[in-house]
This record gives sequence, C-alpha cells and structure tokens, in this order.
Amino acid sequence: MARLLSYGMAINEATRQLMDEDELVFLIGQGVNSPWYVGDTTMGLKDRFGSQRVFDTPVSENAVTGVAIGAALAGMRPIVVHPRMDFALLANEQIFNQASSMYYMFGGRVSAPLVIRAIINRGGEQAAQHSQALQAIYTHSPGLKVVMPSTPYDAKGLLIASIRDNSPVVYVDDRWLYDDTGDVPEEIYEVPIGKGALRKKGHDVTVVATSYMSVQAMKAAEDLATHGIEVEVIDVRSLKPLDKELILESVAKTGRLVVADGGWMTCGFAAEISAMVASTVFESLKAPILRVALPDTPAPMSRALEKAYYPTATSIASAVKRVLDWSPSSQRVALRHHSSRECLS
Amino acid sequence: MGKDSHPTDIECIRDISPEVLLSMYAEMLRMREVEERLAEMISKGEVRCPTHLYTGQEAVAVGVCKTLRNDDYVFGNHRSHGHYLAKGGDLKQMVAEILGKKTGCSKGRGGSMHLVAPEVGFMGTSAMVGSSIPLAVGAAIAFAMQETQRIAVTFFGDGATDEGVFCESLNLAALRKAPVIFVCENNLYSTHMHIRDRKPADNIPDIAKAHCIPATRIDGNDVCVVHKTAREAVQNARQGKGPALIECRTYRWRGHVGPNYDLDKGLRSKEELDEWMARCPIRLLEARLIKDAILTQAEASRLHKKVTDEVDDAVAWARESPMPSESELSDYVLK
Repeated sequence: MARLLSYGMAINEATRQLMDEDELVFLIGQGVNSPWYVGDTTMGLKDRFGSQRVFDTPVSENAVTGVAIGAALAGMRPIVVHPRMDFALLANEQIFNQASSMYYMFGGRVSAPLVIRAIINRGGEQAAQHSQALQAIYTHSPGLKVVMPSTPYDAKGLLIASIRDNSPVVYVDDRWLYDDTGDVPEEIYEVPIGKGALRKKGHDVTVVATSYMSVQAMKAAEDLATHGIEVEVIDVRSLKPLDKELILESVAKTGRLVVADGGWMTCGFAAEISAMVASTVFESLKAPILRVALPDTPAPMSRALEKAYYPTATSIASAVKRVLDWSPSSQRVALRHHSSRECLS
Repeated sequence: MGKDSHPTDIECIRDISPEVLLSMYAEMLRMREVEERLAEMISKGEVRCPTHLYTGQEAVAVGVCKTLRNDDYVFGNHRSHGHYLAKGGDLKQMVAEILGKKTGCSKGRGGSMHLVAPEVGFMGTSAMVGSSIPLAVGAAIAFAMQETQRIAVTFFGDGATDEGVFCESLNLAALRKAPVIFVCENNLYSTHMHIRDRKPADNIPDIAKAHCIPATRIDGNDVCVVHKTAREAVQNARQGKGPALIECRTYRWRGHVGPNYDLDKGLRSKEELDEWMARCPIRLLEARLIKDAILTQAEASRLHKKVTDEVDDAVAWARESPMPSESELSDYVLK
C-alpha cells in the first residue's frame, strides 16, 4: 500500500535510515540543527544521533567541505549540507580542487566518497545572493556526479544512491519541492545515478527537464494534451553521468526538443543537452531546439520582477508550441523577437 | 624565542635513541640527494613539471614523520617531496611521477605537486595553498569518531597561514578537539614575498593560540628539537587532548620553484642564504652525532654513498619506465 511522504521528509528519512544502517555516515554543515535553514530535512536527527554525527558547524563553508572530504579519505561517508547553493560557492575551492580532482590527480589511488547537498532556495524576494541554481557549474567539473531529484521517491532513492556512491556527488534539492508529496516506500532503496526518468510518453515534442522544471513540464504537458499536443517528458534526474540514450531515443522519435532548466541560459545545463542532441541526432531534428531557462540576469528581489524572472509551465508550453509551429520562414521572425531569450513567454 | 621556545638541542638529543637519530640522519641525507639530483634534472630540461624543492627543510619532515605510525595520515603541499619520503613513500615511484611516467605514484596524473602514497598514510599533496589543511582536520575528526588513536598531520608553509581556510580549520579542529597536528614550515617566503610584507607581525603561533590551540615556535633546522616537539604533540593528540600547532623556523635553499636560488631576482640576499646554509640541518645533526660518537666519519661517508646509489637506481628506474598511453587519458575520472 502506498505511503505518502513529502520531498523534504523523504530526504530526512533517507538520511536517518542510512545513518542507522552505517555508522560511517554523518551529517555536517551549517544549520543542520536549524529548521529555518534546511526545512525539515534534518529534523530530529540530532536527537537520534547526537551532535558528533549531526555536526552543526560555524559559517566556514570551505573548511567544512574540506573536513568532509578529509573524513571521506579516512573512511567516512559524509553528507555536507550547504543550505543555500549560493553559500556553496565559498566551498568551490575544496569541491573543485580537491573532491573533483583527487581521484584523477592521484591516479585512482584515493577518492572522496561524499555527498554535497546544495539546496536551491529561491523566491520569496530573497534577491541575487539567496536564489542561485548553479547546477551547471558543478556538472562542468569532470570529477563530480550531479543529481537533482524532482519527486519525493527520487529524493529518497537518489540520496541513498549518492551516499553509497564512491565518487563525490553533488545532490541538488529544491526547497520549492519540499512540500510536494508522493509515494515513498518505507524500506531503503536506491534510484540509480545515471538514469533519467520518462515521466510521460508523447510523440510530438520531447521536453527534457531538471528538478522543479520537470514538475512544471508535467503541468505543461497536461495542459497541452487538452489541445491535442502530446509531449514526451524526460526528467533528467542525473545531470552527470547523463542518461544520453533516453534523451536521444526520444528525440529520434519526436524530432523536436525543448530543454527546461532552472539555471541561467548562457552556458547552462540546457545548452549542454541541446549541443549533445544536435551533434548526435541532427538528422532527426525537424525544428530548432529551444531552451527554457533563466534570463541572464541576477535574481531580482521585488515579487513583480520575480514573476517575470522564473520560468513556469506556461513558459514551457509556449516553447513547445513554437517548436511545433516552426518552419523555415518563421525562424527569422522568432529570432528577431527572441534574440537574447530563446523562450520566455 | 621567548616563552615559546623549546628546550635546547642538547637536552633533546639525549631523549632520542641512537637508532632513531641515525635513521633520521640517513633519511635527511637521502632527501637532500634526491632534491639535488632533481635540481640537475630540471636544469637539463628532463624534469618539466613545476617542482618546488625541499632542500634545507629536511629536518621538519623527518623529525615529525618519525613520530608517526604507518596508519596516521599526512597531508602535504606543493613542496612535499620531503613529506612523501619521510612518511615512507616509495622513492622510485616519486621520481617516476615527477617524470610523468605510468609507474609514478599518481600514474603520471599528478607530478611533483601531487604525490600520494595511501599505503603508508600519505594522503596527497595540493598545489592550492592551504587547501589540504581542512582535509587533515576532517581525517582527524573521522579518526576520533571511529574511536581509533590515529592522528592526522598537515604540513603547510607560512604563506598558507594567509589563507582564510587556515583559520577556519584551526577553529573547527579546536571545536572538535581533533587529533591533528598543524606543522607550519615558516621559511619566511610565500613565493616571492617575505613574511614582513605579508603580515603585520611574524606571529603564526599566536593565530593558533587565539583559537585555543597550543602552539610552539621551534628551530626547524634542528631535527632533534622537531622530533621531540612533535612527539609530545602526537602523544597528546592520541590521548584525546586535541590539536597542536608547531611553527618550524626554517629556510628553503632553492628558490620558490625550480633549481635556481632567486638571488638574481633581488628577492633575497646572498647573506641571508649563506646564513641559513651555514645552519644546514644535516650538517648540524652530523656534527652532533660525530661529537657524541654515535656516528663516525667513515660511516657518514658510507651512508652518503648508499643514498647516492639508491637515488641513482630510482632515477634509472624512472627513466626506463613507460609513459602513460594516450588511450588511458580519461581513466580515473569517476570511481
């Protein structure tokens, strides 16, 4: 029988169960005891495991991440939490120069199996330094795996897989999803890293989306279905390694692709998917690939501007329609109107 | 050196067994021989990767590592040939690594700045200044959580104390009473900059003390003092008494990187270099050992010949070793 659990509590449960199972797993980071930092994802863990294994730290992102990496080298399985991805930037020295480089730089002789939880925590007029979705920069670095769950089921299963993985994994959870509920089995299970999810079948347009944008893509698909447009929705789940086959097979079938990602457009994850598809199955494409992503603007504060800033299901639906309506003669018009934003309705 | 100073070498040497003294002497000799050979190989263009020689600082690596167990962890920096060797890293594999060979300790992926020997607890060196300091703290926290008596040591220069992560790491180590020893090799220079141009005061131990970590300033060219100081710190850490910082005053003979002396660049004076070369850590110990009849001149010569042969063999082996093949370019990216 199905058991409903929220996305936030699915993360909490995965953490608790693996800490129960394996005493080498521990939690470290700012605010792991502070409900307003990380929602309910670490609630109750300190009471259960104590402050040694639930290590609420001073504001020292780089050293804290280095400590987690060093602990991993000593056999531990740390989960280091950055309650806002913006703050993880301070730890990028350790993440890129140590965690990501180490296994290669030392010829495969040491590796740091740790999970770096980088939480996207945007909206609510938090402005430019509390809103960033920086999955692209972590995906850019060769030695990191990057996952972004969009459902409670995946939030739990991907976290378990990430903790058990022998490479450093950047696990990006999204506070906009924390209250979403879904079927989450009580037992320990893994969602394999490197496997995307086909969320909805369709033959007209493929929409490849990450995390929160997958949820928006499903809403767009439902709306479009009422207009007779059948969208195939792929939830990337694992940005690296990427399930290229799933995406390529779908595009080979539909011939049309929209990529929706919650990061910036330029050099973003959507650009990577677009390039990968265009260079692999160019002959299958019936229309240009469109990206739905953030405009190249720092996050605004005012709610009036936030509304214009964040793409939604409507942005995705609009992109799908444009891809379907595309013809060689319409392209020049489209380009003139969307010179810097391919698709923000 | 005031109240931070340590007992003199005369007291220290009596606390160390003749076997340990001789073994430290031999290790320093070998270290010097390797570095001087590498200097030649750099000058001839045979070694091409950025190589930061350890000549002049041998007493620090040897004095500290001699107090450690095989399963203790050591983390190094860009100038870490000495730390690698002192912890027991294989000499042949080190030379091969510096030549970019497949048989190198990092399989030709790292070079001089990225040596590793996990089989002896040498967990890697970093070109990023200060970057391996928190790794040692993390390993130490892990050892404490695992209820072992293992400890971790991080070697870094005075330049690394200018990095924010140094203070962050001191703070975390003190907070958790982590069994970690911070060994600062203060050789007065951060690349081209003298410490007086970088800090309002030459007071690195005070930074540790401000984080409630006991700290000592010692003569880093006296291996006996280094050894005794490290031994106490290690013992305390093993007993759960928390971290310590040891500032070893020392000097690199060669320039920041490569085989030259940086004198022509006006970065430091010949007088300063001469003064420190006159306090050569190897000659200091050698003189004491001969004076105390622990070592004879003949034995010293024989040991010197032995390490020269060993370095000859290592260089020959490394030269004969194959380069990694292009097909292996992307091995070891993700585990």
